[in-house]
Order: sequence, then structure tokens, then C-alpha cells
Amino acid sequence: MRVGIGTFELDVDLKVEPGEVVAVLGPNGAGKTSLLRGLAGLLPLDAGRVALDGVVLEEPAAGVFVPSERRPIAMVFQDYLLFPHLTVLENVAFGLRSRGTSRSEAAASAHRWLERVGLQTEAQRKPVSLSGGQAQRVALARALATSPALLLLDEPMAALDASTRVDLRRDLRRHLESFRGVRLLVTHDPVEALAMADRLVILEQGRVLQSGSPADVTQHPRSRYVADLVGVNLFRGRASHDVITLAEGGSLTAAGAGEGDVFAVVHPRTVALYRTRPDGTPRNVWEGRAVDLDLQGDRVRVQLAGAPRIVAEVTPAAVRELGLDRGDTVWIAVKATEIVVYPA
Amino acid sequence: MALPVHKPTRVRPAAPVALLVLAAVGAAFFVVPLIGLVLRTPWAGTWDQLRSPEVLTALRLSLLASFSATAMALVFGVPLAWTFARLTFPGRAVLRAVTVLPMVLPPVVGGVALLLAFGRRGLLGGWLATTFGIHLPFTTTGAIIAETFVAMPFLVITVEAGLRSMDTRFEDAARTLGASRWTVLRRVTLPLVRPSLVAGAVLCWARALGEFGATITFAGNFPGRTQTMPLAVYLALETNPDAAIGLSLVLLAVSLAVLIGLRDRWLGAS
Repeated sequence: MRVGIGTFELDVDLKVEPGEVVAVLGPNGAGKTSLLRGLAGLLPLDAGRVALDGVVLEEPAAGVFVPSERRPIAMVFQDYLLFPHLTVLENVAFGLRSRGTSRSEAAASAHRWLERVGLQTEAQRKPVSLSGGQAQRVALARALATSPALLLLDEPMAALDASTRVDLRRDLRRHLESFRGVRLLVTHDPVEALAMADRLVILEQGRVLQSGSPADVTQHPRSRYVADLVGVNLFRGRASHDVITLAEGGSLTAAGAGEGDVFAVVHPRTVALYRTRPDGTPRNVWEGRAVDLDLQGDRVRVQLAGAPRIVAEVTPAAVRELGLDRGDTVWIAVKATEIVVYPA
Repeated sequence: MALPVHKPTRVRPAAPVALLVLAAVGAAFFVVPLIGLVLRTPWAGTWDQLRSPEVLTALRLSLLASFSATAMALVFGVPLAWTFARLTFPGRAVLRAVTVLPMVLPPVVGGVALLLAFGRRGLLGGWLATTFGIHLPFTTTGAIIAETFVAMPFLVITVEAGLRSMDTRFEDAARTLGASRWTVLRRVTLPLVRPSLVAGAVLCWARALGEFGATITFAGNFPGRTQTMPLAVYLALETNPDAAIGLSLVLLAVSLAVLIGLRDRWLGAS
């Protein structure tokens, strides 16, 4: 699908299998919400195609546009958007009532859904009196009550307190598992994405940068965004005879680097620092300047400028021993066997 | 140990004396006429005055005309407000300006304009008379038209502002739940702008109730047909000042009731 909004352009090719939970992860402004709005028919496409279970819902080139209200797609919005003038029960029954179900039948079904999410006692309350977690469950029940084939969730945890998020994430995961259709979730929170999804899609500036299982994406990042999320050093360059010439300058020697364009990942813990040039085994040694030191847990993250620049994680004791401070020059060493290389 | 908590005392701005004097004159300008009206009311005779057939007729006609005008304003004004708030089309700004023009237009001019449109020789008047046999000028319907013309803009701009400030994502949510455009309007949009609808309708009704200039110009001053309360007050002032005062008091009470109701419920008392 392709959508242009002003100068922003979203160009996404995404295929989701039945029963799969896919999380679209990306920084703010990556186009995540636009993607969902496009799928839901709230944002007309400029080009491309939206198809669900073999039925084309939108294809501008063919003049096909199924309006939102006739798509079997339900959405849980970021701040839930429960109708404030209706009770919890009326909110959950809204979809069925809109689709022509009788009042009593819709109410009965809504009651069953509220029971499933454990809110049957709150049926007559107004949304304003609910806690964030309760509102989220009502929004989920409201969306699922219409029996959609595709469920879209826009940052479902963003409106919740950090203190309750862990429990609520588990609940949400459980409720999502009981739903048979396709689930597509967008978030900027990597923990949320990893906890909920079978597959991760990384979206940045309107483009899909990477897609795969959470393990694959985190082990083989293909963008600085993902590398930063996982906390590793990511390099891109051209390999030839185990030597990778890096795009940003400098080179790395890695065992089995192969040939051609590659990504190389170096975990900060495998980066060693020395006062004087080390002798012996490490195949990669270069000089760098400590730009910033940052204590994280029991480790110190050292940002180093050089060719290439890199982040090292060392113990506070090592920092003391080296007498390392901002602006100091040190020798950086990385073993060839510690570098993970994969084709770009 | 509990520390004594001091409420921070706000530093009052020092008021220039001249400003206070002018403000006092400004306030007196509104207070004195009201006191005059209340003090000069011949309370003993007022009740009888208010029960006289002329007054009751005028009151009945006023209520009929103002409520009818409000109903017309709701039926046509809400769709108009929605159009202005949600659609963009060429000429929208001009059309909108023309729609709210009666708010600043001298009502007499409005009456003249209505005559030129719906009068015997007016733009539509002749056609209405020959085709449907409808004569608007100098009829009760004419009075209602005149009041609608002057009062509807209050409803339109209030409801338009409400529609503009509402979170339209609620409408998106309703659509993803399968609601047709009509259902969205009926079950989501209108309930969410209810405060604006009520405030707009009340303002519109109050304006219609007090309408004088356009009504007397377009509909004339026929007791029982087009003579509403304000017209009756004006006429009574010449012949029966006590009755005029009594009628004025009734209109004042109504206005106050509207203001208090609006302030407490919808305008947010400060």
C-alpha cells in the first residue's frame, strides 16, 4: 500500500498470515498509525492494494474502495476512544447494533464479551469512571464483538501507567490468543512488541526496514534503530577476503565475512579497551577517543569516536584501572571471532 | 513534624483609580435601567395586567413563534453547521459570512430584505403565492420566518464551533465498528456535541423571543397574528405604560432564567 500525506510518504508491503500476531515497531512519526488507518479505510490509499482473506478491500488502480464500515476490520485505538456518552455495555454493543443486530441480542452478546474480559459488573458504568486497564479491555471487547477478520491495535499499552503495564500486557496477550483472526499491532515500545508478537516488522520513515521473528530481528538488526533498541554496534560495509571495508570509514576483520555487502554486529561487551596498544590475538585494533561515559546497571557504556566509532561496555573497575575519562584516547580491540556478519 | 502550609496569596494588581471610576460608570449603565424597571413596576396592578387578553395573546404568539423559529433553526441550522465544520468547497467562506450576517445586520434591514425576497413582488414571494397560495408577509408564519432569519446564526455558529472542537476520531471508531454515516451522526456526533446543541438552541430561542425589527418590518404588528411580546411592549408604552412595564418584566425574567441556566450548565461558571 502507498499513502502520501503532505510530504510524508508511506510505502509498505506487508503480508500477514491467519492466526499470526504481527507487531509493527518503529519510532514516532514512522507512519505506524497511518498504516493502520489505511488498512481500516480511514485514510484513502494513493496506490497499492489492501486485501483480506482473498477479498480486495481497496485498490485505487482498479477503482475498488470498500468503506470502513463495510470492512471486516476492527481497531483498538491508542486512547481507546470509548464513547463517553454511552455505558460500557452500550459501547460493546455498538458494533452489533450498527450492523443491524436487535437490541436484546446485541446486549446479550455484549454481556458475554464483558464477562470474557472480566468486566460484567461494570456494564452500566460510563467509560470516564474506568481505570486505564479496564478501558483497554472494554475497547478490546468492543472491537472483538463485531467478529472481525482482522484486529488492529494502535499502541494498546501507551495510555497505561508503567506500574500496571506488565500485568496488563499479560492479560492482553491472553485475550489476543483467544482470537482466531489476524492481529496487527503497532507500537514504539520494543518490549511490548517482543512480548506480544510472533513476527516483528520494523517501520521507519514510511518504509519497512526489516521483518522476521523477534529472535531473528534482534540478532540480525538491519538498521541503526533496531541496533540501538537491542543495544549493539551495527556496521555496514563491503566484505572481501574476511576484511570488511566500512561505509563510515575504517575496516573490520571478521572470520568468514564472505564477499559483498554485509552487516556486521559487535556486542559492546566484546569490545576491549587498553591504555597502550595491545599485542597478541585480537585482529582488530584501532585508536579512539572516549566521547561519553554512562553508568548503566553494573556496566559502564563508553562511546568512542574513531574509525569506526563504537560503543564499549566495561566494568566500573576497568574504567578505574584505565583511569578513563571523557576526552581520553584509548586502544580499542575486537576479536575477529566476536563479530557477527550477515549479508545486507 | 508537619509544616504549616500557607496558601500562596495572590498579589493583587494595583488598580488605577480612573479605570475603576470608568468601570463603575459602565456597570451602572446596566444596573440602573434594571433597578428602574423593578422599582417602577406597579406590583399591585401587574398581575391583572399580565392576565389581560391582549397580553396573554401576545405571550402565546411569542412562545409559538420563538419555539417554531428554534425548531426551524435546528432542522436547517444543524446540517448547515455540519457542512461548514466538515466540508471544504469553493465559496464556503462567503456562504458562511452570509449565513452569520444577520447577527450584525440591523434587524430592520433584515426585514426589508425578507420583504424583497418573500413579499408580494419579491424574488420568491410571487411564485410562492401563485403556485402554492402561500403569503408570508404579515402572517404568523412570516413572524416565524423573520425570527428564524435573525436567530438561526446563533445556533449555526455555536454548533459549528462544537463540531470543530470535537475529537473526530470518535467518528472513525464508530465507522470501524460498522456504523453508517447516518448512524455515526445520530449515535456519536450529535450526542457528543449535545452541550453546543443545547447552548445554541437556547441562545437562538432567546434571540427569537426578543426579535423586534425584522418582525415588525416583514410581518407587521397585528394583535393575535404577528404582534409578539416585544411589539406589544413597544405599543403599550404609548397607550398603557403600566402594561409595558409588566410585559418587560416577564421578558426580563425569561432572559435571566436563560442566562442562569446557561451559565450553570453549559458555559461553565467562573
